[in-house]
Amino acid sequence: MIGDWLDIGSVDQITPGTARTLPVVGFDEIAVFRTQKNEFYALVNKCPHKQGPLSQGIVHDNMVTCPLHNWNISLKTGEALGEDKGCVPTIPMKVDAGRMYLLRSAVVGKRAA
Amino acid sequence: MRSGGFFVLRVLPRITKLNAPSTLMDKDNTAAVKERLVVIGNGMAGCRAVEEILARDPARFDVTIFGAEPRVNYNRIMLSPVLAGEKAFEDIVINGDDWYADNAITLVSGDPIVSIDRATQTVLAKSGRVEPYDRLLIATGSDPFIIPVPGKDLAGVVTFRDLDDVDKMLTAAEKGGSAVVIGGGLLGLEAAHGLSLRGMKVTVVHLMPTLMERQLDEAAGYLLKTELERRGQTIVTGGDTAEIVGRDGHVSAVRLKDGRTFDADIVVMAVGIRPGTTLAKSAGIEVERGIVVDDHMVTSDPAIMAVGECVQHRGACYGLVAPLWDMCRALADAACESPSGYEGSVTSTKLKVSGIDLFSAGDFSGGDGAEDIVMRDAARGVYKRVVVKDNRLVGAVLYGDTADGSWYFDLLKKGEDISDIREALIFGQAFASGGALLDPNAAVAALSDDAEICGCNGVSKGKVIETINAGACSLDAVRSTCKASASCGSCTGLVESLLALTLGGEVQSGPKTMCKCTSFSHDDVRRLIGEKSLRSIPQAMQELHWTTPDGCSSCRPALNYYLLCAWPGEYEDDQKSRFVNERLHANIQKDGTYSVVPRMWGGLTNPRELRAIADVVEKFNAPMVKVTGGQRLDIFGIKKEDLPAVWADLNAAGMVSGHAYGKSLRTVKTCVGSEWCRFGTQDSTGLGVKLERMTWGSWMPHKFKIAVSGCPRNCAEATIKDFGVVCVDSGYELHVGGNGGIKVRATDLLCKVATEAETMDVCAAFIQLYREQAHYLERTAPWIERVGLDHVKAGLFDDADSVKRLAARFRYSQTFCQDDPWAERVAGKDADLHQHLAEVRPLSITEYAQ
Repeated sequence: MIGDWLDIGSVDQITPGTARTLPVVGFDEIAVFRTQKNEFYALVNKCPHKQGPLSQGIVHDNMVTCPLHNWNISLKTGEALGEDKGCVPTIPMKVDAGRMYLLRSAVVGKRAA
Repeated sequence: MRSGGFFVLRVLPRITKLNAPSTLMDKDNTAAVKERLVVIGNGMAGCRAVEEILARDPARFDVTIFGAEPRVNYNRIMLSPVLAGEKAFEDIVINGDDWYADNAITLVSGDPIVSIDRATQTVLAKSGRVEPYDRLLIATGSDPFIIPVPGKDLAGVVTFRDLDDVDKMLTAAEKGGSAVVIGGGLLGLEAAHGLSLRGMKVTVVHLMPTLMERQLDEAAGYLLKTELERRGQTIVTGGDTAEIVGRDGHVSAVRLKDGRTFDADIVVMAVGIRPGTTLAKSAGIEVERGIVVDDHMVTSDPAIMAVGECVQHRGACYGLVAPLWDMCRALADAACESPSGYEGSVTSTKLKVSGIDLFSAGDFSGGDGAEDIVMRDAARGVYKRVVVKDNRLVGAVLYGDTADGSWYFDLLKKGEDISDIREALIFGQAFASGGALLDPNAAVAALSDDAEICGCNGVSKGKVIETINAGACSLDAVRSTCKASASCGSCTGLVESLLALTLGGEVQSGPKTMCKCTSFSHDDVRRLIGEKSLRSIPQAMQELHWTTPDGCSSCRPALNYYLLCAWPGEYEDDQKSRFVNERLHANIQKDGTYSVVPRMWGGLTNPRELRAIADVVEKFNAPMVKVTGGQRLDIFGIKKEDLPAVWADLNAAGMVSGHAYGKSLRTVKTCVGSEWCRFGTQDSTGLGVKLERMTWGSWMPHKFKIAVSGCPRNCAEATIKDFGVVCVDSGYELHVGGNGGIKVRATDLLCKVATEAETMDVCAAFIQLYREQAHYLERTAPWIERVGLDHVKAGLFDDADSVKRLAARFRYSQTFCQDDPWAERVAGKDADLHQHLAEVRPLSITEYAQ
């Protein structure tokens, strides 16, 4: 079972309400988010609008505001919220016994452009 | 189900408030003759009835309230915003513990009444407690209707009636997955909206062909369906549930009679409610669909009253909140021996789904003699339909623009002859009143006194005006006094209009809140931070009733700044609330790299600094270096991981952050002045360096630029800066409020001073006034346009000591701000912000995959 999941480290490495980056050589960089409510999400670190680094946005509730043009992106679905349209791929993630895991097959889901 | 545990909250009268023993005696004597009123049901109806009675005659009854839920009284209709994450439980509490205490009410919560003995006039609670009564009030509300299909008892099938239900839905939503809501009425759609916002994939199954068919006609139902589908919900109309399918005792899907099946990790049953009559029925009180009551809310037993959704009055049962208020008034009038009588209610509905404006009232099913007037504006997504019968308005459905809802509802309840305004009726109040009411305040003025302003709390226009006349001069005061606009806030505009009308020009109308998370303005928030001594962002959000769990990207940075400004040296800067540039102390560029601008004091530099910059450019392969408009050098294309190393090299050459990224002092631009220039009148370069040394590192509402020109030729462009100094032979002209941005604004002359020291003081004082008064993200130019130059001058010069005091506050605050943020990062602070979590190498993944 655990073989399907990639251990990316301890939950303590991410302060609640922030994100950290996880480069994947040859593939899109992943942003790993921890919300104030201690929910964890992983998204491709590219805003669907102009590829802004979502990991650097302000996290509020279960959204992140892209630092480039203030699009709000749902951390759960990767969809742009409000009037904006677009979606960034999400990577299934789970937390078990204080460790964070990404679904291995999704980590290499998309070749970097 | 919750376990059978209960607890008793025995609240005693606050005798500590009474200081003389004789008063205690008096109280005891009165208490002896008080009638005992027992209320079954700690919900909105029961508590409102008690409130109404207390308002009329606080000494008449000894009140005991029994509640089945283990908590104080809360606003049940606000459960939807709680589910949607727009409110917290604390926000929807109507009466907290203190209300019970202050009114000497005994609250027995978590211990439901199981039977009524009318012969002995006692009630028996589940715990065995027996309570005698003189008057009994049944307010047992309603129970959700469960459709009798196979699987209805599976784990994961919930109703949407109380906070426990909401908790169950939230727990399910935490895990994500799919939700099926059975029932596309008001409650079902609000549940679906909440679950959808919480990230679940939601399907709504509705038996009828039109959503909310009791409130909406087909057209409005269609618009609503389309909008909900656009938001990602699946809406199945004409869907008849055959079975709730389970796996291992837990729901897994919902199957319809036509064979379609929808996955479900949770099923919300929201098909309707029925009056909670079990208790009354077993006590032998007359019950039909509901507990039968007369116009004074008295049941077939004269000692027993009933109110709320459990009753049937003149053949009608109500499932909405508005009739409660009228019932409770009639009940209290009768209980306090000045009977008035309840005559039934005409109801209206608003859907509490954010972003969807929907209003319906009365009867719009057509029928004999009924005429429709319809207006559609497809581009704006507006649909309005009013139904007229015998020259009277009998129904209205509004979608997309519900501003006239109160007006139509008022016309409908009054039954006024509308033949005079019929032509313009559909265009709303402004047009129907001959254009005289285009002013929104006038429209509100035209409402009658009993027109309902706040649907959540049942507050009429007359009551709001009474509250304002009694001294509530602000929105805040109105909210806390009569509760109008204190729940969902959709009537905030109406309340503000009433404030404006009642108080004249003293209140500014129109909502201008800080952001959508709060109903407070920037000024309110700043004032309340001081008054309530708010010290952190979570505390401010809690105390100021933020409607979102942790704010948004607008209010978080604003609150962070306001707190930083209010409590220098005490407040700990919240990195999470900083825009990326201020968090990484560099300017983000379109490709996600950063640019780095070291400070060059007054625009001066030297070989050592230039060499260090050149070395950094080469060492880190910066693709571009550019001279900025602020007389410094900007190094482009640095990765966030490399920033600390870049800064270390720049620090080593004596350079610090230039704050080119901050809502802060940016740069002080200078010309060469009297030291070199043949026209120079003063040492503008030297003064610029001194000003920059004084002001660097300070956080401001927005970026702040200074310039010093050595003569009126103004080579440093001081008259388009936030603070500009133009040197003249006799001293220094100080200018403020200039801006060279989108809208160029030349400065206003603030004053003229004779010495550099005075220049420094006025600069510090002006900055501090701006820091303390401007709204976040308001440059000095719009700030001065908003408050007026005279206001700024008055703030600085009306009192002889103002400049000194303001400047002292600024300098004090600066003692905490002038540590180079780059050096702190170089030393290892906040390293997480720069370093990757880890790196994934694809080889290892391939290995694992095989």
